[in-house]
Amino acid sequence: MTEWSILWEARETFISGLGNTLLLFVCSIVIAFVLGCVVVYLLEAGSALSTTLRILINLMRTLPFLILAYLLYYGLPQLGLKMSAWSAGLLALIIYHAAYFAEILRGSRLVLAEGYVEAAKAHGFTPLRMFIRIVLPQLMIKTRPLLGNQLIIALKDTAFLTIITVQELTAAANSAQATYFIPTQAFVVVIALYWLISICLELALKWAGRFGAKRGFDYV
Amino acid sequence: MSDTPAVSIKRLSKSFGDIEVLRDIDLSVNKGEVVSVLGSSGSGKSTMLRCINWLEVPDRGTIHIAGKRIGVNEGAGRPMNNKELAGMRARTGMVFQGFNLWPHLTVLQNVMEAPVYVKGMHKEEARAIAEALLEKVGMSDKQGAYPFTLSGGQKQRVSIARALAMSPEVILFDEPTSALDPERVGEVLTVMKNLSSEGYTMIVVTHEMEFARAVSDQVVFLEKGIIIEKSAPATFFNNPQTERVRKFLEISA
Repeated sequence: MTEWSILWEARETFISGLGNTLLLFVCSIVIAFVLGCVVVYLLEAGSALSTTLRILINLMRTLPFLILAYLLYYGLPQLGLKMSAWSAGLLALIIYHAAYFAEILRGSRLVLAEGYVEAAKAHGFTPLRMFIRIVLPQLMIKTRPLLGNQLIIALKDTAFLTIITVQELTAAANSAQATYFIPTQAFVVVIALYWLISICLELALKWAGRFGAKRGFDYV
Repeated sequence: MSDTPAVSIKRLSKSFGDIEVLRDIDLSVNKGEVVSVLGSSGSGKSTMLRCINWLEVPDRGTIHIAGKRIGVNEGAGRPMNNKELAGMRARTGMVFQGFNLWPHLTVLQNVMEAPVYVKGMHKEEARAIAEALLEKVGMSDKQGAYPFTLSGGQKQRVSIARALAMSPEVILFDEPTSALDPERVGEVLTVMKNLSSEGYTMIVVTHEMEFARAVSDQVVFLEKGIIIEKSAPATFFNNPQTERVRKFLEISA
């Protein structure tokens, strides 16, 4: 099994790739989720801004992620905006998944019983307070499976960033297979690592499910 | 100032599209008074109630809560912004037909929520108030329960405690017993009767004739958006002034 020992020798590359992947993933989903929540709140206001936001969301949903990454990394310098591959990749992940998070939450908001909102208004909640304390927690509980799905998609989208030269996990595998000509083993290793992260995510989501179950939300 | 009415409604009108739901409603509710609002479905009862805390925005007319006008910032001569409106709504309580307890919060948290996050009260103080109110409505043993585990009557008693927690100038009841099975109606009406004897100001949209007769200081009858009768319960039930009310009472009896 010399191929495996070669990979073991190259473990530094994989570890640093894994670190970058995790960092990109965690930073992007946290910021994207907050941004998604902000967008849903702004959509509630129903101003002229909300039309623009809806258009932006739909634009993101119809755009392949890779094109967005290309656009930010190769396109923006033409306009004089030059970013490192890492920043461009992170920004692409944030924008793209914020749109999806917003869309998931918005869908759930549309079917949230108006009575909860009226009760909050009647008790003197301002729109922002109401959104944070009454609306958002319910949306999060109800959309948990969809949000979880989106997290896994976001994780896998980090792999695209290898194409704009971000040194993440897939890039590590690619560099190992190109250097030592052992593609199968190199990719098996990263598949296992992506799989492991996904399983951890699934477990965390399952655990989070008990919040909803305890509150009788499990009919969703 | 003590004779300022808790709620004063003047020439309130409201249409939904072409349909006029309320026309020139005048109503004054003194502190400590209980007003029952009767009328058939679609007569405008709920809309009138929902105008009082601006859940529906009236087309014309003025509404004052304890002397302060809701919906319009009179000093600045413009409609109230969200924050001002929220401040006015915090001075009224509302109990809904469908309870509308927040499902992600426990019974205790439901009652503490507005005092803490609207009034900025310390959690310990809000908890003490909430516990006392849950005691009052007989729900002390369910503090940690989530709403979905409660019966309709229990939910409604919690939502009454939730409204009381804000120490409102007036509590608006929108058909509080209409979604309950007959066995549960009594427990909610008992709580409401106790509140009236404690001096709470209440406006109650209801179909419970017995409650209206026994508890109210005023009975208001709405028909097609107009108050056609407004009198003390003794007069209303024993000596109605209009043929319409007489018919209504006959059918309800």
